[in-house]
Amino acid sequence: MLDMTHINKVYRTDLVETRALRDFSLHVEEGEFVAVTGPSGSGKTTFLNVTGLLETFEQGEYRLDGKDVSRLNDNERSRIRNEKIGFIFQSFNLIPDLDVFDNVDVPLRYRGLRAAERTRRIEQALEVVGLASRTKHLPSQLSGGQQQRVAIARALAGEPRLLLADEPTGNVDSLMAREILQLISGINEYGTTIIMVTHDPEMARYAHRNVHIMDGQVTELEPADVHLAARQQPIGAPDGRSL
Amino acid sequence: MFFYNLRLALLSLRRNPALSALMIGAIAVGIGASMTMFTVYYLMSADPIPQKSAHLYRVQLDNWDPDKPYAPPDKAPEQMTYRDAVSLMKQGPAPLSNAMFRSFTVAQPSDKNKSPFPVRVRVTYRNFFPMFDTPFEYGGAWGKSDDAEAHQVVVLSNETNERLFGGENSVGKSVKLYHRYFKVVGVLKPWRPTPRYYDLTATAFAKPDDVYVPLSLTAPLQIQPGGIMSCWKSNGSDFQSLLNSECVWLQFWVQLDTPTQVAAYKSFLDDYVREQKKLGRFQRPLNNHLRNVMQWLDYEHVVASDNSILLGLAFMFLAVCLVNMMGLLLAKFLGRAAQSGVRRALGASRAMIFYQHLVEVAVIGFCGGLAGLALTWLGLRLVSGLYRNYEGLTQLDPTLAGIAIGIALVAALVAGIYPAWRICRTSVAMHLKTQ
Repeated sequence: MLDMTHINKVYRTDLVETRALRDFSLHVEEGEFVAVTGPSGSGKTTFLNVTGLLETFEQGEYRLDGKDVSRLNDNERSRIRNEKIGFIFQSFNLIPDLDVFDNVDVPLRYRGLRAAERTRRIEQALEVVGLASRTKHLPSQLSGGQQQRVAIARALAGEPRLLLADEPTGNVDSLMAREILQLISGINEYGTTIIMVTHDPEMARYAHRNVHIMDGQVTELEPADVHLAARQQPIGAPDGRSL
Repeated sequence: MFFYNLRLALLSLRRNPALSALMIGAIAVGIGASMTMFTVYYLMSADPIPQKSAHLYRVQLDNWDPDKPYAPPDKAPEQMTYRDAVSLMKQGPAPLSNAMFRSFTVAQPSDKNKSPFPVRVRVTYRNFFPMFDTPFEYGGAWGKSDDAEAHQVVVLSNETNERLFGGENSVGKSVKLYHRYFKVVGVLKPWRPTPRYYDLTATAFAKPDDVYVPLSLTAPLQIQPGGIMSCWKSNGSDFQSLLNSECVWLQFWVQLDTPTQVAAYKSFLDDYVREQKKLGRFQRPLNNHLRNVMQWLDYEHVVASDNSILLGLAFMFLAVCLVNMMGLLLAKFLGRAAQSGVRRALGASRAMIFYQHLVEVAVIGFCGGLAGLALTWLGLRLVSGLYRNYEGLTQLDPTLAGIAIGIALVAALVAGIYPAWRICRTSVAMHLKTQ
């Protein structure tokens, strides 16, 4: 699904040059759930931004779903983001002026889908995250956990091949964090590849494997079976919803 | 995407009504000031009779003092003597020619219950009406025999007919002018050429006259001219002396449809003056002129250079308003860069973000244009109140309203291009972590 080879990413200001990714290489199989951990400033978010085609890089090659996406123009990158990649952010990043329905609608608008198809997808995605009855609520009228579920619905509605989650449980309480992780795991079980950046080792245990980043490089790749074993243990009360 | 972006724009305007009002106000004030000046300028410089302005010529002859010109350096009088005007009417080879002057009298309604009131009189030939394309509500121009035999006939303006006869068809009725009864032969529709090109002597933007009577009545009724009269030598005190004098007080126009007719008429004028020289008149060198309507307006400086400067200043003011609006837009757009970042992450290209913001700017421009139109209307009322003669210049017609909206839209888009470009160029990733 994802193949990065010898990626280098440098941030430059007038005074400072920061190498965020150094000779970074990573391969992720289709359908994998990968947790990316590492200390602050290690390059986790930069890796996620490069993976999500939100940022470019100086050197190396990046193949996504078999296609070299290293040197695409803005339109092509935007189209791939829209069609293949879903995002879940720590701070939810919902648009405050739009209600739940319209927030989930955002990526679908840019895909140019017909109204009926958009409505079908939105209703289905909100059903999955348990917010079908809140379509007219504004983000400010929802709790943090509900807002993150709207963000997940927004990602789901686009039916992405790759879901990128940046600290998705960072702004919710532990009970809601588990619910969200279970939702994400459920999405993965339906075949979506997931890469999740997290500080929390317990959350990382939901993933098939853990990639540890330090100073812009992958320093540790834990085998998938360790995590698969961990995932068998119940860590929260499942809400019984089906995905 | 247009309607989606339109909805987003309206949501955005609603979210911060004070800032939105400030931006709309900035553009409205700019549009109001510039469009007020533009309207005045546009109507001042407009072609008052576009269908034939190139074929109507004002005639000038130089009968002035041999020792000094009418106006430096060597200008001929704008108006003509009575006897020259009457001669040219009889002899001139133009398909249509017309002499006229302005007078004043009192109109006495036939209804004794109504009070007499002063009227502005255009003393002219029947050719006035076809030459200047005056529209008739009832009846028409008087006949050739009325001109030839000095019949007491009159054409009323729409306003005067309203006042005298309550707006009904008054053809055949009588009205008392110059202490005599005049038979109404025609009533004009509302008609207001702006500027009033055929007689600029009083003011270029005054209303047309109230009544029109044959010029052949001048001598029998001793109709006193009420416009500007210029003389360079003394005359006798009786009315006939005035008619035979070298005083200029009539306006003379001809309609010449081809260059050949123009050349022939010019040659006729030169021959006429040469003949008059033999009689001891026209002692100055040949100085005859034919100027068509737009040349005449330019010659008479109908659009003063001050107005052009004011117009420039008004548009500079609009530019200042736009710079302010640009600053406000920049602040507003950058203030929600995170939202644009989210949209970019979810698949919007830079072009889509740029378009979204331009639609918002266009909505602001449109609202600003509408508010600007209201301010323009107020501004024109103010101008009208300050300068009574500018009434004809303070009409906001649909064309000008369209121009106002158009300028507001274009101006807003110009002001919005940079903020919209800035917002679509901001780093996508930068705001996602920190929103």
